[in-house]
Amino acid sequence: MQRGRLQRISIIGLYLWAFRIVVIVVVLWGSYGTLHAGKYPAVVWKDLLVFGLSQGSIYALIALGYTMVYGILRMINFAHGDVFMAGAYTGYFAAAALFRSGYLNRNPVVSLLVVLAVAVGTTALIGLLLERVAYRPLRGKPRLVPLIAAIGASFFLEYAFRGFFGPGFYAYPETEVLKGTWTIAGIGILRTQAVVIVAAVVVMAALYAFVMRTKVGTAMRAVSEDMEVAAMMGIDVDRVIVITFVVGAAAAGAGGFLYALVFKQVNFFMGFFPGIKAFTAAVLGGIGNIPGAMVGGLFLGIFESVGPILFLDGLGIVAPYQLKDVIAFTMLVMVLIFRPSGILGERLAVKKA
Amino acid sequence: MKYLRIPILLGAALLMVATASFFTSAPAATMGPVTDPIDVIKIAKGQPVTIAYWLVIAGPDASLGVDSRRGIEIAIDDHGGKVRGHPIKLIGEDSGCNAEGGTTAATKLAANKAIVAAIGSSCSSEAVPGAPILWKAGIVTVSPSNTAPKLTAANRGPDFEGYLRTAHNDLVQGKVAAEFAFKVLKVKKAATIHDGSPYAEGLANVFADNFKKLGGTVTSQEAIGPNDTDMHPVLTKIAVGKPELLYYPIFIASGGFVTRQAKEVAGLEKAKLMSADGTFSPDFYKAAGDAVIGMYHSSPDLSPEALGPKYKTFLDKHQKKYGEKPLSAFHPHAYDAASMIFAAIEKVAKTDSAGNLYIGRKALRDALFATKNFKGITGNLTCTKFGDCADPKIAVYISNTSDPAKWNPGTEPKKIYP
Repeated sequence: MQRGRLQRISIIGLYLWAFRIVVIVVVLWGSYGTLHAGKYPAVVWKDLLVFGLSQGSIYALIALGYTMVYGILRMINFAHGDVFMAGAYTGYFAAAALFRSGYLNRNPVVSLLVVLAVAVGTTALIGLLLERVAYRPLRGKPRLVPLIAAIGASFFLEYAFRGFFGPGFYAYPETEVLKGTWTIAGIGILRTQAVVIVAAVVVMAALYAFVMRTKVGTAMRAVSEDMEVAAMMGIDVDRVIVITFVVGAAAAGAGGFLYALVFKQVNFFMGFFPGIKAFTAAVLGGIGNIPGAMVGGLFLGIFESVGPILFLDGLGIVAPYQLKDVIAFTMLVMVLIFRPSGILGERLAVKKA
Repeated sequence: MKYLRIPILLGAALLMVATASFFTSAPAATMGPVTDPIDVIKIAKGQPVTIAYWLVIAGPDASLGVDSRRGIEIAIDDHGGKVRGHPIKLIGEDSGCNAEGGTTAATKLAANKAIVAAIGSSCSSEAVPGAPILWKAGIVTVSPSNTAPKLTAANRGPDFEGYLRTAHNDLVQGKVAAEFAFKVLKVKKAATIHDGSPYAEGLANVFADNFKKLGGTVTSQEAIGPNDTDMHPVLTKIAVGKPELLYYPIFIASGGFVTRQAKEVAGLEKAKLMSADGTFSPDFYKAAGDAVIGMYHSSPDLSPEALGPKYKTFLDKHQKKYGEKPLSAFHPHAYDAASMIFAAIEKVAKTDSAGNLYIGRKALRDALFATKNFKGITGNLTCTKFGDCADPKIAVYISNTSDPAKWNPGTEPKKIYP
């Protein structure tokens, strides 16, 4: 028995095992080195955690759109990062106009809600049009076809924005209320970051409730289980798909708005990297799974923020932050080796694989 | 016999490659009155002399390349739009301020046999892969704004034999910046950030070396990715060392993120911020917002006392032609690069009785490297055998406003050193 089992281990299997062990040893060794050296006080770790959470919640908001569309259509909507860009970009014009009139700082809450509404409104519309124009005519075609259409749509959005608004960048105006820090339970936290984290949690909770508790949400889940059976049960599949796109795009729009609150700069290409990261987050959490996208986004954000110091500094690697993408994607590989369907993606994988 | 098809195709392809390489390695080309070891460009009577730029003219760093392109355009105007009786035609490619963009732009230009000489690139990262591609095609290139020391180092290798620059070498800029920080600002602890590009990494290291030599302490030398937006974590790490000054010679987009976020990270609120010529642009005021107030920049000295009356005339022409102030710091260098090329063409080009113009590529390259005491806007240019032609003048500036409309180097940002 024992010998038979050993013989069945393939070279690739051996390699994967070696890889797992090496990464775990490196991570433990690095973490031990960093913590043992004691260079970084607790307050540094807390700050890093908060920065990671806020970056992660933006990833999570974008990842939701990827995961919802995949859950229903088994399709990666590569234009989703550019939908996010469109939200941040159009929000800028609203914010700049409000700033020029002085209203932004006189009445910041209303103004920011207006900017958010503009961003979300635009992306929802773009999501709707994308589905209608680019994806619906291709439904039922081989999987690669809508994928290529999505890449085309991504370029279309990028270069349309470049054509309309120029190749340069714009910067959001400062909102006075959001400068500085708030102290919550004895922990100082940047106001923008606090707003981002709270807003993202609210949006995600609302979305989860929408999918789990409403009739449309139930229909969505039904379509994602089996499109044909759902149609036979009297669900309007086209309508559900449109709603999925619109809701996913709206979440990306909210993400774009929050991103711009923290980072200020917008340009036509800004959606590319967050899009890739959010896609990673969606896969990490288990693509097709809504809580998975949220967990994946937060994980990715925190690892990018804490990882370089914790894992690499202790190994004596100088300037570890240029390797933060290495950490993010190594983590993706690790999760896929240990749990091929992602952190929360198991049930789906069993059914659909 | 189906499976034989691929080997046959491969063999044929190999044969073609072999023949092609045999022909391109022909020892010398003769055309009309000119013989040249590399190649001769023939420009028929009345046809234009093509000069190409490869500069970053799109994306967040576009101000750097567009600024240089305008310098070239004004140089063409000043030259009457003609060289040796042939009109000058300017074409160009966007080089993106990264290695991939530099490769693409250089490859496109190298395929165009009509190009006599090139001006570029904007960023050192583009020149590292790009300049050898151009030189392989026999095209000599003069960069107006590459400053990375390694591009003109003694060990740069034969691939770079067709590369010169009118911009300063960062060995000079880094030293001036370190002296200013240590002697004038009197800071003893500094940290640096670079983005992995040859320019930023080179300059950050030169600064750190000089700062240590002067007796200062470098608390950490960090790096970021050029596309990163969240700098809070890396700044938090830097803050642990409690530096009094942060030197980050990076580019506009990431420089803007660092500047804004440095003010938000506990422990760095009071640290002085200093960047370099890569972010010396009104666009940077937009990117960094109010956080730019009180910040320092090392950059070419563009003040009238350093550059003299020629620069004033240039600025007037610039204002008239484009209706705004220069967008960045390297327009006079681009102007000089173009003028140097025209002078070299005039020196080596030969005309036959029918009025056709012949330019030998190697001869043009040699004439450029032989440039001596050339009176440009940026000073007296003399090229070394490794292609450094600049008459470097570096100044340090302080920003007192964040309004891009007030941009007027010398007054705003205000020159404070030397």
